[in-house]
Amino acid sequence: MHSGPSPEVAGGAPVAPISTNISVEGSHERAEHLVDSPHAVMTCTDVSVYYGKFRAVNECTMPIARHEITALIGPSGCGKSTILRALNRMNDLIPGTRVTGQVAFHEIDIYGKDVDPIEVRRRIGMVFQKPNPFPKSIYDNIAYGPRVTGMKVASMDDLVEESLRGAALWDEVKDKLKQSAYGLSGGQQQRLCIARTIAVRPEVILMDEPCSALDPIATSRIEDLMVELRKQYTIVIVTHNMQQAARVADRTAFFTAEAAEGSGDRTGHLVEFDKTVKIFGNPADKRTEDYISGRFG
Amino acid sequence: MTTSTVEPTEQPRRLVAAANGDRDLTSLVFLVLLWGCLAFGIFSLAVLLFNTAMEGAGRLDAQLFTNYTSQLRPESAGARAAIFGSLLVMLTTAALSIPLGVAAASYLEEFASRENKFAQLVELNVQNLAAVPAIIYGMLAAGFAVLIGLPRNTVLAGAIALALLILPVIIVSTREALRAVPREIRQGSLALGASPMQTLLRQTLPAAIPGIATGTILALSRAVGEAAPLLLLGGLVFVRFDPNGLLSGFTTMPIQIFDWAGRPQVAFQELAAAASIVLLGLLLAMNALAIIIRNKFSSQR
Repeated sequence: MHSGPSPEVAGGAPVAPISTNISVEGSHERAEHLVDSPHAVMTCTDVSVYYGKFRAVNECTMPIARHEITALIGPSGCGKSTILRALNRMNDLIPGTRVTGQVAFHEIDIYGKDVDPIEVRRRIGMVFQKPNPFPKSIYDNIAYGPRVTGMKVASMDDLVEESLRGAALWDEVKDKLKQSAYGLSGGQQQRLCIARTIAVRPEVILMDEPCSALDPIATSRIEDLMVELRKQYTIVIVTHNMQQAARVADRTAFFTAEAAEGSGDRTGHLVEFDKTVKIFGNPADKRTEDYISGRFG
Repeated sequence: MTTSTVEPTEQPRRLVAAANGDRDLTSLVFLVLLWGCLAFGIFSLAVLLFNTAMEGAGRLDAQLFTNYTSQLRPESAGARAAIFGSLLVMLTTAALSIPLGVAAASYLEEFASRENKFAQLVELNVQNLAAVPAIIYGMLAAGFAVLIGLPRNTVLAGAIALALLILPVIIVSTREALRAVPREIRQGSLALGASPMQTLLRQTLPAAIPGIATGTILALSRAVGEAAPLLLLGGLVFVRFDPNGLLSGFTTMPIQIFDWAGRPQVAFQELAAAASIVLLGLLLAMNALAIIIRNKFSSQR
């Protein structure tokens, strides 16, 4: 089983088939059991996202496969975070945002008329770039989600322990559950946020650059955790770190931004979506190859 | 590094020059002027406080707190009715204005979109109301009281006038406090499947309490010091009973001071000064409380 950053990457020695320093060694092992047309928990069909008149992402179509990690990569401003937020309607909170096309979750369009965005967010959780624990105790951070969503919980204590174990944080915090979450380190806070997310038992967890505020050791722990969580959840991660995508993701979507005809606004779109091994080993699109080999972005 | 070769001598010289160079004559004059303004303000305040203290010290006794006012015996008269009146009016004002102000601020800040015409109207009005003179609120409350058949010179009518007076302040300071709560907290809550209302009640408002409390206490302390709107309501200047309910007649500290200060006898002047000290003490205590609350919560962060 693959876990943690590959030593090749740490040493900086190029081992990948094309001229990048990104290792996909682990991905090769994982790729063997990756089927070509997996069961998709979510499917984006021609999804465009507008902020007012500005089109941030144009017609993105891709599946999110169950029990896999899907990475969204690409240069800044390519719309990968925007697409991620479209997946659980977090975009609703920004005034003037409009989504066209279809985002299906188990065949149901989450932007449909009868769909409650609150229920969507409960089933499709989100972990943010900056750890954002609530100004409450560790225990109350975990218990908050189940409480507000009215989950039937036999024992909140058990659920808290289970969630913290699930996020590999239990041993570090079991003696200080009543203390403020603000006393934890950045990496611990981010794992607390993951524990808080899995406490409401979502099916899909969206992660928006979850390691970009963390040091390498904390990052590698979160990556291990993601690989572990994949057994029970479906994970979509936005990352600026290509090594990270290569290390943990089963499939990778590469986005880029190009100026639309007739205007200076740069609209993001999906260039290539494939198994991670393929994206980093033998990309079909020249732009993907240029990006992952560090020629732009 | 071949692209740029920086002259190393240039910058250090500039740094040294900056150390004394910006204190030329003009800026020195301006600095002295600023200090002068500050000194003048503090000096005036000190003289006022000193004068009041000297004049009122003789009557700052227990009788001031226990006795009612009197036409004939100023030497033993007290501000008992006014103290109770001020406290009751303040509590009623708080009960009316805090829920309304916090709710209005929450609506404007958390729920209304920027394009919402109604929210824009409310926002415009809040801004305008903050600049309206206090006495206008007295007229407004008087009109309102007549409209609903409420006697004008009651605790409730007075509290309505003062609540209207401080509502804009409470709304503005609550909005500021809500705005200071990190967006990440709201997003974290919503991403867990909490509704916007749950997010407001369980995360955003609790996190904003220090700011709300500070703003509210300062607004209330302004209300306590107001006499104009209450006088316009026909606030009684001569009360020899404790207010016993929302529909009771009342007087407050500023009104009582106004009454005493207008009388020719020296004993009443002293009484007014003594009552002013009590009022100042109350305001100072409230402001101190606001600062304590702010510091207590900000050190917990």
